[in-house]
Amino acid sequence: MGQRLNRDWMTMTEPMLAEYFPILVFLGIAGAIALAMVGGSLLLARQKPYPEKLSAYECGFEPFDDTRRRFDVRFYLVAILFIIFDLEVAFLFPWAVALGQIGWFGFLSMMGFLTVLTFGFVYEWRKGALDWE
Amino acid sequence: MNWTLALPEIALACAGLVILLVGVIPGRNTFFGCTMAVIGALLLAAVLVLGQPEGTALGGLYVADAFSGFMKILALLGAALGLVLALDFNRRESLDRFEFPVLALFATTGMMVMVSANDLMAVYMGLELLSLPLYVIAAFDRDNGRSAEAGLKYFVLGALASGLLLYGVSLVYGFAGTTNFDRLADVFSGNGGVPAGVVVGLVFVVAGLIFKVSAVPFHMWTPDVYEGAPTPVTAFFAAAPKVAAVALLARVLLGPFGDLAAQWQQVIILASLGSMLLGAFAAVGQRNIKRLMAYSSIGHVGYALMGLAVVSDEGLRGLAIYMLIYMLMNIGTFAILVGMRRRGRAVERIEDLAGLGGTDLGRALWMTVFMFSMAGIPPLAGFFGKLYVFLAAVQGGFWTLAVVGVLTSVVSAYYYLRIVKVMFFDEAPAEGGLDATTPGLAAVTATTGIFNLVFCLYPAPLLLAAGLAAAALLG
Repeated sequence: MGQRLNRDWMTMTEPMLAEYFPILVFLGIAGAIALAMVGGSLLLARQKPYPEKLSAYECGFEPFDDTRRRFDVRFYLVAILFIIFDLEVAFLFPWAVALGQIGWFGFLSMMGFLTVLTFGFVYEWRKGALDWE
Repeated sequence: MNWTLALPEIALACAGLVILLVGVIPGRNTFFGCTMAVIGALLLAAVLVLGQPEGTALGGLYVADAFSGFMKILALLGAALGLVLALDFNRRESLDRFEFPVLALFATTGMMVMVSANDLMAVYMGLELLSLPLYVIAAFDRDNGRSAEAGLKYFVLGALASGLLLYGVSLVYGFAGTTNFDRLADVFSGNGGVPAGVVVGLVFVVAGLIFKVSAVPFHMWTPDVYEGAPTPVTAFFAAAPKVAAVALLARVLLGPFGDLAAQWQQVIILASLGSMLLGAFAAVGQRNIKRLMAYSSIGHVGYALMGLAVVSDEGLRGLAIYMLIYMLMNIGTFAILVGMRRRGRAVERIEDLAGLGGTDLGRALWMTVFMFSMAGIPPLAGFFGKLYVFLAAVQGGFWTLAVVGVLTSVVSAYYYLRIVKVMFFDEAPAEGGLDATTPGLAAVTATTGIFNLVFCLYPAPLLLAAGLAAAALLG
């Protein structure tokens, strides 16, 4: 079996690599165009920066402040907690649809998964991650 | 569905969840209780590993054999000893949050999954289960800039390494049509050549794994992470995960890719040579002792990989023995480094050890034992670790590896012996000697130290276990 597979490979591999060749060409062209545009404007255009030109564009009115400001780490925390439960729901839908075929083992596997998430939920609740203040 | 084979991992994971809840529900500090519970869970898992039957489980994703058993016991022992080192240190540095032992427990579960992986998917799952808790505990002293930097650096570079590994896995899957180790081995067992894509994939997989064992050329993160992380975390990093990652590398290369040895052997030889050389020369100029230990661990991984590069029973047995001895020498050394305090403040420069021979002779003598063992001076254990891999290299005809190995261990002897010299012949600084150590640290130092001393008297059972482990993998 190994023998046959190997022979198949020898005939398969070369065309398979060749199919990737256009991608390589595209990568080259994309790099060349990007270099030409950035390099061309650097070399040919007149460079005259002033504060108005360099400031952030904010729909026509004066920018309020810098875009790179800090904001509260709690936003990240909420986003991360949301992702976990979001994924849980995304995982539950196919499970619910296939429940008839996967039987008790499939049912218990999901229950195990939900139990693990519940442990995490209790942890974050007790740690106060759900309180804003 | 013989999932009972995976009982040690399942028990550890369940224990982790329960300890997490038990730790968070009472309003007071549960660091000590949780650490003890985690150490108990690790010992329970070790008992379960010892009583584990052999075979594959979970649809071929998981394998239990003598090799996985040997390496799991090492990883569990290293993790448990690492937690003992953290007990006192974390309390004094106000890092005594109960999440620390729980994270270490989950990381250990990841190590066990790695060691028992029989499928590239299981490899990745175990690796991530190991890495994610490690990123967090590297940054455990989060108000300290260097610890946060260590965690971030480890995370970014670790994510890159995982990406390399996954890319390699996808190439291998694309060309071979399976990720299962046994079927991959079947596919590659023909004597025709393999397509270039498989070799490229294999090199990417090896690169991802070499990052985890911190061998040259993917060692860059090691000194910064070892220096920045809190000292017990460094001790944990240097012991348990390294054993598991070396075991995984050996299993991946000798299992599914065993018949492609001609392709990966040169990569491993280069990594081994590079690590031995860098470990020897880069450590010479270090002043921070944790950084020195980082370079020393890179060098030790180089010696261990020599056993893998040889691809023989003796080589693999040498690798298993080397990891056992390396783990115990390192934990012993770190038990002394964790206890380095002057007037209550943790210190970590080599000069801080000056005059220890005069102020605390016992500790200085144990440190001397560990340093001599690291340098490979007979009759200490470290000598035998090197002896077996060098013997295997010579028997396999890898003279370059053996000669470079001997020469670099002479160079590295310089910086190990310098520490001994600083302890016994330099004057203690004006502000006085180091503070007294704690009973827990002293016990760990003494146990590992006695192992290093008496290994030469009765090595037979350990050699036998390592030989069985090697035979299980090479089959």
